[in-house]
Amino acid sequence: MSREAILGAIRRSLGRGAVPRDLAIGLQARLHAHPRHLIPARSRLPRPQQVALFLRNVEKEFGTVARVPAAAAVPAAIAGYLAAQNLPSSFVMAPHPELRAIPWPASPLLRIREGRAAPTDLVSVQHGYAAVAETGTLMLPGTPDRPTTLNLLADTAIVVLRASRIRGALEDAWDLLRAEWRDDRTGGFMPRNVMLVTGPSRSADIEFTLELGAHGPRRLHVVLIDDDPPAVE
Amino acid sequence: MRATSTAFKENATQALADARLQKALVFTRPAFPTRRAAAVAQLPEFEQLRDIARDIKDHTLANLDFYLESWADKVERSGGQVHWCSTPDDARAAVLAICQRVGARTVTKGKSMISEELAINEHLEQHGITPVETDLGEYILQLRKEPPSHIIAPAFHLNREDWEQSFRASHTDLPPDRVFADRRDLLAEARAELRARFLAADVGITGANFLIAETGSSVIVTNEGNGDLTQTLPRVHIVLASLEKVVPTLEDACTLLRLLARSASGQDMSVYTTFSTGTRRPGELDGPDEYHVVLIDNGRSNMLGSPFQPMLRCIRCAACLNHCPVYFTVGGHSYGWVYPGPMGAVLTPSLIGVDQAGHLPNASTFCGKCESVCPVKIPLPDLMRHWREREFERHLPSLTTRAGLGVWGWFARRPMAYRLLTRAAAWGLARLGRRRGRLSSLPLAGGWTGGRDLPAPEGDTFFARYARARRAGPI
Ligand code: SF4
Repeated sequence: MSREAILGAIRRSLGRGAVPRDLAIGLQARLHAHPRHLIPARSRLPRPQQVALFLRNVEKEFGTVARVPAAAAVPAAIAGYLAAQNLPSSFVMAPHPELRAIPWPASPLLRIREGRAAPTDLVSVQHGYAAVAETGTLMLPGTPDRPTTLNLLADTAIVVLRASRIRGALEDAWDLLRAEWRDDRTGGFMPRNVMLVTGPSRSADIEFTLELGAHGPRRLHVVLIDDDPPAVE
Repeated sequence: MRATSTAFKENATQALADARLQKALVFTRPAFPTRRAAAVAQLPEFEQLRDIARDIKDHTLANLDFYLESWADKVERSGGQVHWCSTPDDARAAVLAICQRVGARTVTKGKSMISEELAINEHLEQHGITPVETDLGEYILQLRKEPPSHIIAPAFHLNREDWEQSFRASHTDLPPDRVFADRRDLLAEARAELRARFLAADVGITGANFLIAETGSSVIVTNEGNGDLTQTLPRVHIVLASLEKVVPTLEDACTLLRLLARSASGQDMSVYTTFSTGTRRPGELDGPDEYHVVLIDNGRSNMLGSPFQPMLRCIRCAACLNHCPVYFTVGGHSYGWVYPGPMGAVLTPSLIGVDQAGHLPNASTFCGKCESVCPVKIPLPDLMRHWREREFERHLPSLTTRAGLGVWGWFARRPMAYRLLTRAAAWGLARLGRRRGRLSSLPLAGGWTGGRDLPAPEGDTFFARYARARRAGPI
């Protein structure tokens, strides 16, 4: 069998048989403890500066940001952004409880469809699970209430994120997922898909010159809800 | 991909005479190092992270069987399937069998170097299945039937006119008099064409930058988002990965990710870094129903325990290509196979044989720049030297090369004669180049001076100066 052939070839080259039991226990322990390595100091900051670093990095990567004091202010922020970009006020939204709880106006001007994105959708609104200040990265695990296509198909991707979900380093964001998410199938914490998104889609394949909006969204807009008092200066 | 590495010299001669290629090389050459340097300067821990990354990879390789088994176990528990393939034939057969079982007609593909190694596209086409490359650079190369010339910027050797010409020739359903005012128009057309392909595809094939033993995940890193559409929209997702891609934990991957994009394109982080673990879960709206990983050895297990084991640390960032004076003189196609530049010069002979690729380790000035930028500190020049020795032992170099080395060896073993000869040569060359300080032609070295001048020696040898300095005082 191929599996045994490959493992056998590896062991022969390494000049040993299968990993001895005591060593295997050590390796298993390393997997289990998943120790951290050196974490760059740049994101080890007091809360307000950490949030500011996140926002700066989003903008450095060609994303845009709107900061709102509470969830109730999200609809106006999105409507304002869409108007400013000359975009239609209709969008497809993640069926996430936090997004549903937002008091969307019963205005016919803002048309919302819940579900996964269709290729015809111009604007999508996604729920931001967590974010990483170190690089301005959004962590978007694909779960039933956070469909992956919302990150990819629309030309304009809007992500609603609570400031309390911003972490310093990438490892900190993984720790959140490790602690909070249970995958029924494996008993682990990984859903089928976890996307780490840093800015809008881009390509430099044509004459080595950066253009935004290659296959994914051309615009990435973060609506940040300031739900974290220590984060506000 | 059929190797033409034996024809490196002819390929390189052609490349030097190709004015358009030379223009692209001159244009791109400064950009890569500048961007990397800027990103590295922003991260004071970068050097320390390189050491840690090397150690993570070494630890994994020393226990590769253990980590592969842990990883495969997790893949299966999350609803995926691992296909263990020793040879490219095994891997091609595994991919084809999946595609045929699900009745696939078109397959979209994310960028993957291992896919080039396996020549998977040709194999699918022979069996009536249409593969569609979706990375923009790979897409145009597929239209032009050209191999990639760089491992992360596959089409940088083409200019805008080439793109326009290929699009007009291939997208014949669009009005022939349409105007491409700027690059955006090219991008928009490719995006629209490929959107339709993404939606129609039955199977999506991606590579993997990493496999995570702890979780059974495969990781892809892209800027365009094409890899994500490839692995999200079709019903079946196939990952092609060589076995050295595995790392133990997410934390290990975090450290490597901090180095990867900075070393590659000077970004802190690529736009999309995506972890795939098994198939779509119940209740989920997106994701594939089948998840397969075709795990490929193709000669790598032989490299373990050999002097070439460190090459398996490679994370394919391309920094060594981007800083290589030889690569930027002859371009990627000259190397004649999938992997160009310094990493290719070490890896290619391991994978297809030193008799096929013996020229590549010789295509180096040993300036050492590649090793100094490699994020996992692979001693690339040392490994190239190993290949040169093996090539010599097997009597592969030409008679002239062997005779030349013989002459040099005779003098090198006789220091007095060596010094006499070099003193005479230094004196002679200094007189010849006295007026301009450099020599633009030399007897027996016309090939060398064809592309550059030789700085004229100042009249003394190194030994003479060293001895003089010693006498003058401690150095
Ligand atoms: S050898 Fe080092 S520098 Fe070259 S591609 Fe591999 S990791 Fe990058």
